[in-house]
Amino acid sequence: MAREFVPQIITSNHLIEGDSIYLTEAGAWSRIAADAMLLANAEIAATTLATANLQTDLHVGAYLADATHFRETFRAVGPSNYFHGKQAV
Amino acid sequence: MYIYNDFDEEFVRNRVDQFRDQINRRISGALTEDEFKPLRLMNGLYLQLHAYMLRVAVPYGTLNGRQMRQLAYIADRWDKGYGHFTTRQNIQYNWPKLNEVADILEALADVEMHAIQTSGNCIRNVTADHFAGASADEFEDPRPTAELLRQWSTDHPEFTYLPRKFKIAVSGAAHDRAVVRAHDIGLYLRRNDAGEAGYEVVIGGGLGRTPMVGKTVQEFLPKADLLPYLEAVLKVYNLKGRRDNKYKARIKILVQETGLDVLKARIDAQFVICKASFKGVPDSILAPIEAAFAPPVFNNTRSAALDDALSNDPLLQSWVDTNLAAHKNPAYTIVTVSLKAVGQTPGDASSDQMRVLAALAEDFGHDELRVSHEQNIILPHIRRADIPQVYARLREAGLATANIGLLSDIIACPGMDYCALATARSIPVAKEIAVRFNELKLEQDIGPLKIKISGCINACGHHHVAHIGILGLEKKGVESYQITLGGDATQNMVVGKRAGPGFAADEILPAMERLIGAYLDIREDNSETFLDTFRRLGDAPFKAALYPVEEAKNAA
Ligand code: SF4
Repeated sequence: MAREFVPQIITSNHLIEGDSIYLTEAGAWSRIAADAMLLANAEIAATTLATANLQTDLHVGAYLADATHFRETFRAVGPSNYFHGKQAV
Repeated sequence: MYIYNDFDEEFVRNRVDQFRDQINRRISGALTEDEFKPLRLMNGLYLQLHAYMLRVAVPYGTLNGRQMRQLAYIADRWDKGYGHFTTRQNIQYNWPKLNEVADILEALADVEMHAIQTSGNCIRNVTADHFAGASADEFEDPRPTAELLRQWSTDHPEFTYLPRKFKIAVSGAAHDRAVVRAHDIGLYLRRNDAGEAGYEVVIGGGLGRTPMVGKTVQEFLPKADLLPYLEAVLKVYNLKGRRDNKYKARIKILVQETGLDVLKARIDAQFVICKASFKGVPDSILAPIEAAFAPPVFNNTRSAALDDALSNDPLLQSWVDTNLAAHKNPAYTIVTVSLKAVGQTPGDASSDQMRVLAALAEDFGHDELRVSHEQNIILPHIRRADIPQVYARLREAGLATANIGLLSDIIACPGMDYCALATARSIPVAKEIAVRFNELKLEQDIGPLKIKISGCINACGHHHVAHIGILGLEKKGVESYQITLGGDATQNMVVGKRAGPGFAADEILPAMERLIGAYLDIREDNSETFLDTFRRLGDAPFKAALYPVEEAKNAA
């Protein structure tokens, strides 16, 4: 049986600042994780990622992510040792 | 201190110009990320979780005051006011912006620094004993060798595309403080029976996924043969090292798969060829290097200032007991400045702290500073009589933590607070342990103890060679921490043994408390260190402390 598809988001790093950015419903990039569009099926996720990867002069290394994974939680907030990154904005 | 010649200067400046152009082309869209990535990595620029990261080379960990000031300036001007000193004796900036990196590199070039060969499959920045040129147990300064290797390896055309990265370390003292046996090539300066200088050459050491203790391939290599011999090692590795699998590409795997004797025979055969065409290092290159590392002119006047100050300052006494080491010159001492204040990030220094360190080096320390692989800063030449003043200034700057070699002097890699490769965080674990044992006021009683933490299997935090190593992994969607016991980073290197299943983030501190509590209970007396107790009794009592439930089950 195929594994159940966990809703995913498309995230990447901004070309200049290098911080995490998220693909939104409108097809734009947001710096806020909560703005990310949720992709409910694998096929749509793959084609959306392929499209996102065409805009390589805006961002670096887009990938599909499980937004609930702790790595993504850290990326969305910033480091735990200083009040830097997204949490400070 | 080695001063750049015209060639070095031009080389570094040209590289900055080139990279500036490459960055501009990336931003304009003329270069894709696939094209740009190898170029940025050649210049020490990584992309991490929250931002880019710039890794700046500190060759063999040596800096002068002016350079340290410039590092502080860069931290203020282009970063967030601090820098992170690494286990490779380098400094990393965690927040540079792509469009400002060339300016940072320009500012580094102004003080003869750069970020070249801090990444990629080349010969990386050569590391050395952080007490080089100062320590009482040293018979030869390793830095002239390290500098010669730096010049030889910088952009060496044949060794720019090795199967994998290649790390070299050099030590010239009785005690190995440079983790020499964990390097692709390790060099111990030695003297033979005739009193001539040479090297014991070690190859195939490394940590990471497959930790291995380096093996001696040459008991004594005459000094003059160093470059042709290393060339032979690298030629054999370049040809025979595995390129099919990144995880098997280091020379340690070649040693393991080929066998030391067979590999040694190949190296020896290649060495004959290399040596025949080698004309020796010309004096015009050697002499300036030797001169650059001549010892400073010491001021040998003694004074009772330190003894007087010690008699009525117990805090100073405790700092002197832990943070000073014996210098060659009895009027001097080596100061290790701890970057491990309790609750702080191991290895981080603020720009203000960097400026204080620069000033202390200039005012009291013959303008020398070192970065240690243990993520501390060394003032290698301080007159004993000046210690009270130096200590007072360190204290004001929050730099007088008296914990060198003790429990809270923890190595921790950046882990998942910054590193894109991480599987778990390291920094909060280090902080938690330091804070808790500080509350318990047990650190002095526990005595010498090396705790080292890595945030993934790459082992930048050297956890394998810690007395207590902690490796952060992901298990079932949460952070999980695996403990290794009994490692040793010295010349008698031992890779620690895994104690058992990992601990969740909220279980790791209680586990450490049980582990160290067990040590305190079972040690013979308080002169028996954790490592000695472990060696005497093996891992059983420590496992029992770490996994009490399992023990109870087994007993039932
Ligand atoms: S050990 Fe892993 S997490 Fe830590 S710095 Fe190295 S690569 Fe990053």
